[in-house]
Amino acid sequence: MQYSEKVMDHFMNPRNVGEIENADGIGTCGNPVCGDLMTFYLRIEPRIEDPNKACISEIRFKTFGCGAAIAVASMASEMVKGKTLSEVTAMSRDDVANELDGLPPIKMHCSNIGVQAIQEAVKDYLKKIGRDDLAGKIKGCPDKKH
Amino acid sequence: MEHKKKSVYLDNNATTPADPRVIEKMLPYFHETSANPSSIHGAGRRARDAVEEAREKLSRLVHCRTDETYFTSGGTESDNMGIKGAAFAQSERTKIITSAIEHHAVLTTCDYMKKHGYEIVKAPVDEYGIVDLNFLSRAVDDKTLLVSIMHANNEVGTIEPLKDIGEIAHRHGAIFHSDAVQTVGKIPIDMDALQVDMLSLSGHKFYGPKGVGALVVRRGTRFDPLHHGGHHERNKRAGTENVPGIVGLGAACEISMTEMNTEEKSIRELRDSLWIGINKEIGEVQLNGHPENRLAGTLNISVKYIEGESMLLNLDMHGIYASSGSACTSGSLEASHVLLAMGVPHDLAHGSLRFSMGRFNTKRDIDHVIEVFPGIVKKLRAISPLCKN
Ligand SMILES: Cc1ncc(COP(=O)(O)O)c(C=O)c1O
Repeated sequence: MQYSEKVMDHFMNPRNVGEIENADGIGTCGNPVCGDLMTFYLRIEPRIEDPNKACISEIRFKTFGCGAAIAVASMASEMVKGKTLSEVTAMSRDDVANELDGLPPIKMHCSNIGVQAIQEAVKDYLKKIGRDDLAGKIKGCPDKKH
Repeated sequence: MEHKKKSVYLDNNATTPADPRVIEKMLPYFHETSANPSSIHGAGRRARDAVEEAREKLSRLVHCRTDETYFTSGGTESDNMGIKGAAFAQSERTKIITSAIEHHAVLTTCDYMKKHGYEIVKAPVDEYGIVDLNFLSRAVDDKTLLVSIMHANNEVGTIEPLKDIGEIAHRHGAIFHSDAVQTVGKIPIDMDALQVDMLSLSGHKFYGPKGVGALVVRRGTRFDPLHHGGHHERNKRAGTENVPGIVGLGAACEISMTEMNTEEKSIRELRDSLWIGINKEIGEVQLNGHPENRLAGTLNISVKYIEGESMLLNLDMHGIYASSGSACTSGSLEASHVLLAMGVPHDLAHGSLRFSMGRFNTKRDIDHVIEVFPGIVKKLRAISPLCKN
């Protein structure tokens, strides 16, 4: 288990842990069967004319998983706060892993789940405001059963 | 806080620290009394004597004859040597029966044998990790060359009914091999009573050095060597003997012989007090392994709603060293094959933790764990989406 100092810091002191009541968007990815599960809750500053420019004003998460999973969720939550929805959907797993000064190769899937769970929450929001057209363009969590 | 710097080693099933008395016995054989036991000069004869003395101690511990012991580099080599050696020494029989919860030293060897045309059958286990004897009775036949079932499981500590298994194997003339790496030096072993033909053991699991072990093979059991070369170990294991290691193994056997009974009792007390303490402080934990029939030092638990590696890392921060059957710690994406074979659900297998106690643990170690562990669980459950309160 070779984790960077940043991973250990976010793991030991995770930021933005919790839930948001009546969240604007909720997204889950992973499965306890595989050992990792993350749920993100978003509060979103709306932009009716162009929802892609709407901003994430608040984010909370809960995670079941290894040290890397908890660190990824915490770091990703920091990274997307204040970002527009289009910026969030353009994010990749490497962005989070790089920000954490790297992850062991076998833990890269944790990084994937983190980004996908947030994008799933964005998708959820877009659907809630009736923009299935925009939601459909976001990949989100590929296989919810897995 | 004052405990923070003290480390508490509770990973004795992974390896035990060598006993200082063992190290002391070994030291002269690195330099002062160093010689090749095959040399006929005085120094060589003294090295030979040391090896043979260790052999006697080992034979006394497992109740076998000295000419039935073969020193190896450890448990993994012994398992390989037993399984491959038995298979390659004959050509009539092609079936090998093992269990779903064996150590990888046995399972991966069996996978390899499968590639070479042998039929491999893995017996299932019950919820406690006991091998299904009815399955074995049906599976063993006249084609079966070997039955290989471990004495005690390294993850959950469950002790297998070797005598019954040996009888089943012998009904059809199969060889019975047992990986006793976790039991030698910890519980009494009598090869005759247990009906075992081949027994693997390893020094570093009972306070001896790493990199030395033995395969014990009953007279009349045919096997081919794994290493070919010189005449060492009666032509069965070529290579200059690891004299300091073998001396250390012998010393570890001797200490275990005299201290096993009292030690087993005190280790069991430590383990049970840890389990009682954890149960009192933490809800929704389950014990993995047989409630009674298991190694005195093994406590394997699953903590609901949280994952093993995150518990381990937090314990590590407090200087507590344990292990887990979570996929995160195995280097693979699958949780422990042992827990899954026992029917433990995947999430609980990921949430498993093994504390293994040994000779050098104290009540204070246990108190330290009981002091910090509940806080760790509380913190991780607060983050967990599976935990609804
Ligand atoms: C049951 C069992 N078999 C085999 C081994 C391998 O022994 P060694 O580390 O001496 O090769 C171990 C320990 O790692 C074990 O616990």
